[in-house]
Amino acid sequence: MEEEKIEDIEIRLLLEALYRRYHYDFRGYAQASLKRRLRQARDQLGLATFSALQDRMLRDPGTVTRLLGFLTVQVSELFRDPAYFRAIREKVVPHLRTYPSLKIWIAGCSTGEELYSLVILFREEGLEERTLFYATDINQDALDAAARGIYPLDRIRTFTENHQLSGGKSSLSDYYSTAYGHAAFDKSLRERVVFSDHSLVTDAVFAEMHMISCRNVMIYFDRALQDRAVGLFRDSLARKGFLGLGTRESLRFSQHADAFTDFAREEKIYQRRDP
Amino acid sequence: MITPAPDRAVVVGASAGAVQALSRLLPVLPRDYPLPVLVVVHVPPQRRNVLAELFAAKCRLAVREPDDKEPIAPGTILFAPPDYHMLVEADRTVSLSVEGPVQFSRPSIDVLFESAADAYGTGLTAAVLTGANHDGAEGLRAVAEAGGTALVEDPASAAYPVMPLAALALVPSAETLPLEALARRLLDAGG
Repeated sequence: MEEEKIEDIEIRLLLEALYRRYHYDFRGYAQASLKRRLRQARDQLGLATFSALQDRMLRDPGTVTRLLGFLTVQVSELFRDPAYFRAIREKVVPHLRTYPSLKIWIAGCSTGEELYSLVILFREEGLEERTLFYATDINQDALDAAARGIYPLDRIRTFTENHQLSGGKSSLSDYYSTAYGHAAFDKSLRERVVFSDHSLVTDAVFAEMHMISCRNVMIYFDRALQDRAVGLFRDSLARKGFLGLGTRESLRFSQHADAFTDFAREEKIYQRRDP
Repeated sequence: MITPAPDRAVVVGASAGAVQALSRLLPVLPRDYPLPVLVVVHVPPQRRNVLAELFAAKCRLAVREPDDKEPIAPGTILFAPPDYHMLVEADRTVSLSVEGPVQFSRPSIDVLFESAADAYGTGLTAAVLTGANHDGAEGLRAVAEAGGTALVEDPASAAYPVMPLAALALVPSAETLPLEALARRLLDAGG
């Protein structure tokens, strides 16, 4: 048997320590990109080894916050992959209209780009007032940023283009005001949103959803952890509920593939089969 | 019957001038080529990429952009999807990532090469081709340090020599070859 590399041993121990001391569980994350981000964290913190990082992290909660930043924060765009949002608008919304009230879960919402995209889309389609949005993440800093909804102005041009390509029925500028080089999204967009700390790795079902959007979150999980998360989504969805994934994600390799049918194949929107 | 060779792989990175260079490289590989070939080309982050389709028409091997967690099969050419980093896991599956750009690029050659060096070690053959930036140099160093084979397109004949030169600056021991010889080296790596 090949000898385990020292670095790999250290990473395993570091993740175990992070879980046992702070209950953040990255043990089932896909190794390749996790290793890359841990190396960045180690180098940025000026430490020579992962063992040194573990030592620092165990004794200093401030280091944990910084480490979480490296491990979790994803910068996205409003209406990233406009075709996805167009498919929701044109194919999923007609189904959602038939319900008197709706629950939508943005799982792994990070700094809120996907959340605001969906709230704006639902407002445009006249569904916002009957909808409750759950925006969850494990990173409190990211949740705080999502709840502020402030983005650098230089990103707005991309957001606006994406919004138009997604079939937007209004002007994106209706939803934000600008000051000091930033765009602040209107607080009315957050009236129907519940922000909450929730882990796809360790937490359970908390409500019955009509749609779950979880894009480019599970790509950081290994296969076993993906199975857990997809199982959680299956158990959280109402019958005929929808699950939206990232453009390059697929349920093909999941043990729960049979619980879903392709609803919009290209856009990676799945529908819960009848149990 | 082809013997699968899961412990070996080829990775290729190219930027400006990539289509012409890869057109002289990838179509040379025969139908029974036993190694997986993973390719990063710098493309603008548009939503659809035509590279996989373009090379599927030119190549004798299967060519596609993988989904996350797709098993890496021998004799398949995988192009990194636009706007995603493509990495190799120890269990020979692909994982994708939307972490920030590396060397201003997503996908980044460094990210693919470093993860592939971890996964394949001495079984990896890596080639840095034409390009006008510095991506791939750090990755090639990781490949060489893990005992893999480091190849660089000859800057003298490359369409854009900056990327090969940057790779050679970090990995002076890399073999420098014009494209035809580089293609032969890839064939030998599969032999």
